Amino acid sequence: MAFLDFRGGSGRVQIVSKRRATCGRHSWSPRVGACVRRTHLVRKRALLGGSNKPRLHVGSGAMEGAMQTESKIRADSRTEPGPRGPGCSLRHFACEQNLLSRPDGSASFLQGDTSVLAGVYGPAEVKISKEIFNKATLEVILRPKTGLPGVAEKSRERLIRNTCEAVVLGALHPRTSITVVLQVVSDAGSLLACCLNAACMALVDAGVPMRALFCGVTCALDSDGTLMLDPTAKQEKEARAVLTFALDSVERKLLMSTTKGLYSDAELQQCLAAAQTASTHVFRFYRESLQRRYSKS
Amino acid sequence: MRETTLTSSTSTLVHTTLPSTYQKETLGGRTEGGRSEGKGRIFSPVIGSTVLSRTVEPLEYYRRFLKENCRPDGRELGEFRTTTVNVGSIGTADGSSLVKLGNTTVICGIKAEFGAPPTDAPDKGYVVPNVDLSPLCSWRFRSGPPGEEAQVASQFIADVIENSQIIQKEDLCISSGKLAWVLYCDLICLNHDGNILDACTFALLAALKNVQLPEVTINEETALAEVNLKKKSYLNIRTHPVATSFAVFDDTLLIVDPTEEEEHLATGTLTVVMDEEGKLCCLHKPGTHFPSVSVLNM
Repeated sequence: MAFLDFRGGSGRVQIVSKRRATCGRHSWSPRVGACVRRTHLVRKRALLGGSNKPRLHVGSGAMEGAMQTESKIRADSRTEPGPRGPGCSLRHFACEQNLLSRPDGSASFLQGDTSVLAGVYGPAEVKISKEIFNKATLEVILRPKTGLPGVAEKSRERLIRNTCEAVVLGALHPRTSITVVLQVVSDAGSLLACCLNAACMALVDAGVPMRALFCGVTCALDSDGTLMLDPTAKQEKEARAVLTFALDSVERKLLMSTTKGLYSDAELQQCLAAAQTASTHVFRFYRESLQRRYSKS
Repeated sequence: MRETTLTSSTSTLVHTTLPSTYQKETLGGRTEGGRSEGKGRIFSPVIGSTVLSRTVEPLEYYRRFLKENCRPDGRELGEFRTTTVNVGSIGTADGSSLVKLGNTTVICGIKAEFGAPPTDAPDKGYVVPNVDLSPLCSWRFRSGPPGEEAQVASQFIADVIENSQIIQKEDLCISSGKLAWVLYCDLICLNHDGNILDACTFALLAALKNVQLPEVTINEETALAEVNLKKKSYLNIRTHPVATSFAVFDDTLLIVDPTEEEEHLATGTLTVVMDEEGKLCCLHKPGTHFPSVSVLNM
């Protein structure tokens, strides 16, 4: 019972560590445009869920003004998966690679207002107690935006780690460690999916051999069964069920799934099919962003 | 038992009597820690020296069984281990249960205490689960702060309680905004032989059904709570979620209720929690390849 505590939050009990550090409030502006990089130009979108507005741009936008140095390449995209009905589009997402100098690979992934920064160290030396004789030891550290990491973070770390273990070719680097560190910069819904995407981009940036890329997609089901992809924080709160899937790029196989709420078997299949369609767009974005990066250099 | 044989056979040498009693213990059909005999069928592969193969090449050993659609302990691929439940054994707890899934043993004790309801939900109580995987249950765990597996299991149980709405949190409220029940559920694993999540969910459900809360009235004059220990009532359990865990072997085979050895050898695990109406409360699949989406239809 030493690590139990309960914190209110609409009646939901959260198990958090009793040791809490006093953390200064991070003054993150909810408007995506106002972030750390001055020359960062990102298109805003109408945030209210289920908007039926036609998207003006499909594919990567030419945001030349965002270039800061040669090593930092940005790619921008707004996507709309096929005709699935209103509110079934992904939010605007953006990715930036190689922004940190110390980790072997780093990436920042932005989905709407949710932003996660990932850093990858590896293959590096591993502690003998954690060493595996025939493959690499993967470690994931997820740090929340405020407070100390708690039990929920541990649970998410396990999910992300198992997803990475499924795709990373650990056998090529036995007795080494590959560490993925994720820092939540802002959380506005679909956090786990954003973490997965950031982790994948960071692993690519680090040059870790993988058998496939992976992406995370979140679906929310509201009380009348309407499906929403990539929900915002408000939509997640009001939804009856929130399902997060990790899919691989080769055959859109299901790598990881975690769900919250009650739903039926048919709804699960429906969400999975929608997630697979949405993942096509995410992978296309990955490809474009990597193409832009390597074609410039 | 060993002591009685020594005193009874004073004239005979110790080592002649001990082996026979040892044999009786292991073949007697009692499930001792570490030996599960299933239905008494103990398969052994024909080729080579069996004992060496199990420790040296465990995966190959398992594959020989899986080809015959069975497992080393005699179970079919879709067969659960013998489940035993004992309810209400802990007198000091408000509700308790002991669940054994084969050799996996989990004990759940629930204590009800008073607490203030959260400010944003003044008419709700709390249910606080905690899974404790101590060094007693497996060599893998060390004493100290909860390790990753314990924390993941605690989070899983918290999610199951939240998602399945097993009890209405409003039932736990005594006085809106001032006093509510807090149920501390401690799930302690005594023996870890795989499939800890199923055992914990089952133990929690059994213990919650066993919980008896005394009647509490708020005295208007003194504004103190008066507990009437003589009048106790059971909790209103709305749904009965059941967890089923599977181990995925070689991306193609699904095995129900894996033992610890099978969990280590498997390429992945999958846990599904369903309630009586067939609604899914939780689909927990922490990574590794899955054969196809259609396999989820079960």
